Amino acid sequence: MILVLFAIVVWVLGWWLNSRLASGPYADTRIVRFLAPFIFGVTIIVIWELLVRGLDVSLVILPAPSVIAVRFANSLPILWEDFVQTIIKGAFSGYIIGCFAAFLMAIAVDRWDFLRLGLLPVGNFVAALPIVGTAPILVMWFGFDWHSKAAVVVVMVFFPMLVNTVAGLREATAMQRDLMETYAATYWQSFLKLRLPAAMPFIFNGLKISTTLALIGAIVAEFFGSPTLGMGFRISTSVGQLSLDMVWAEIVVAALAGTAFYGLVAMIEKAVTFWHPSQRG
Amino acid sequence: MNDGFKAFWAVLTVLAVIVVFWYAACIPMNIKGVLTEQERAGAEVQPPSAKDRRDMSEFGLVLNNSFAIPATWEQDRPRLPAPHQVAVEMWETTVQKKITSKRSLIYHGWVTLSATILGFVIGTGLGVLLAVGIVHSRVMDLSVMPWAIVSQTIPIIALAPMIIVVLYSVGIQGIIPKAVISAYLSFFPVVVGMVKGLRSPDAMQLDLLRTYSASRSQGFWKLRLPASMPYLFTSLKIGIAASLVGAIVGELPTGAVAGLGARLLAGSYYGQTVQIWSALFAAAILAACLVGLLGLVERKVLKRMGMAQ
Repeated sequence: MILVLFAIVVWVLGWWLNSRLASGPYADTRIVRFLAPFIFGVTIIVIWELLVRGLDVSLVILPAPSVIAVRFANSLPILWEDFVQTIIKGAFSGYIIGCFAAFLMAIAVDRWDFLRLGLLPVGNFVAALPIVGTAPILVMWFGFDWHSKAAVVVVMVFFPMLVNTVAGLREATAMQRDLMETYAATYWQSFLKLRLPAAMPFIFNGLKISTTLALIGAIVAEFFGSPTLGMGFRISTSVGQLSLDMVWAEIVVAALAGTAFYGLVAMIEKAVTFWHPSQRG
Repeated sequence: MNDGFKAFWAVLTVLAVIVVFWYAACIPMNIKGVLTEQERAGAEVQPPSAKDRRDMSEFGLVLNNSFAIPATWEQDRPRLPAPHQVAVEMWETTVQKKITSKRSLIYHGWVTLSATILGFVIGTGLGVLLAVGIVHSRVMDLSVMPWAIVSQTIPIIALAPMIIVVLYSVGIQGIIPKAVISAYLSFFPVVVGMVKGLRSPDAMQLDLLRTYSASRSQGFWKLRLPASMPYLFTSLKIGIAASLVGAIVGELPTGAVAGLGARLLAGSYYGQTVQIWSALFAAAILAACLVGLLGLVERKVLKRMGMAQ
């Protein structure tokens, strides 16, 4: 019971600290902007730990953070293998193929008006569908290994990427296009020097949306069949064995991989679209 | 009108091309299975030995056995079912089956839909509440908002199997675990979109309200909330699609017996490809209807509010 009381104290303390920070003179500095969510996160984890210990929550319902951390540290080789199988082989290769294919398709769609009129509504429609549902079919076609996961990822990232890139390629204004015309620029010159750079913010928006979709696709596809490794496989089998600490360890890996992947794309975006108002801030 | 007409034809042409391509793809995809069946039925197949056929390319087999092409569209368990097979299966499992039947697609669709909607309502409600809190409290903005944004980059759907099993071990099963997954998948997009929307009034408008000496709650009800509507609807559409995915994935890990996800899983266990495809199309139609419905409500509401273009 003491631990539970202690958890409440920690909550009040964390909240008090953050409200002091938020209403203090340094509220808009970068340090506070980083510190406040950090304190919040730490508070949550500490409370989680205290409540699980204090209330004696069973391991098969919610393991304490410390138990998860120990499990994480002890099974690094397994987690690394799963990471390579699911993220690097499945999600990453599918992401590259899918985004590249969508990019090429977008150029074609942008070039021929007929395709834009016909394909874009279909693409918009498909982008909203539950595409993970294609996973069982693709697993059946491409086998249990990572190829089928990459295929699911390709299908998942294709349409959001297509829609965004097409929107981006239409971003250059009529005035700018006319200017290129007066320079007697060819289609490809004006494409490379005007329209592609102008499209970059949109393209990166699509790329960023796709990072999460890629991970979702790769993990969910493993629920439909996989070799005996991979994050989705480990999650579903560990759930079956009620070893929830392992499940949480995999979720930590998924969270880290997701943020790192997104962060990487956002960093590249910053370098490529340094001229855009949203990046100059 | 002329433009709309042109767009209509363009879409129709693209769809027709897809269907033609689909039929064409069925031939090489299914040819090996078909030839094995035909050989058993006593037909002359080139080359006659199954081993040679396994090593040959699909296209070579099609060229050598053009008589078998029609059969690739009529197989019982094809690798790729032809469009009309899927259509027939969908017709049989929706119109010709009683709704209460375990084989009715409407029954399975309803199981998934009810979980989706329950989860969506819960997730959206909590999401809007949190967004209001974030906009009004500097502490929450600083401490919670970054996590809401980070959560968008994480495949939180990976939690789904665990939620099902944990809730099951506490004694909760049925619609609730699936709704929980749907709820948390729709929660974060709504929070992020709604915060953006509630912050969308510019300084000029906020100043105007101040000159009226409007209170905080008046400012909220008369300016911030109406201004957030376009953002809300955009994130609702994302949220409902995410909810549906959540409900479907929530049916996978426990081997649920009902629902579109269960149909997908059962189909993949027993190689019932036609069943997988029809479940997939049912899910697609469901998603399209839900998003379309929200789009309709959006247009009506924004028009009433004088915000539609």
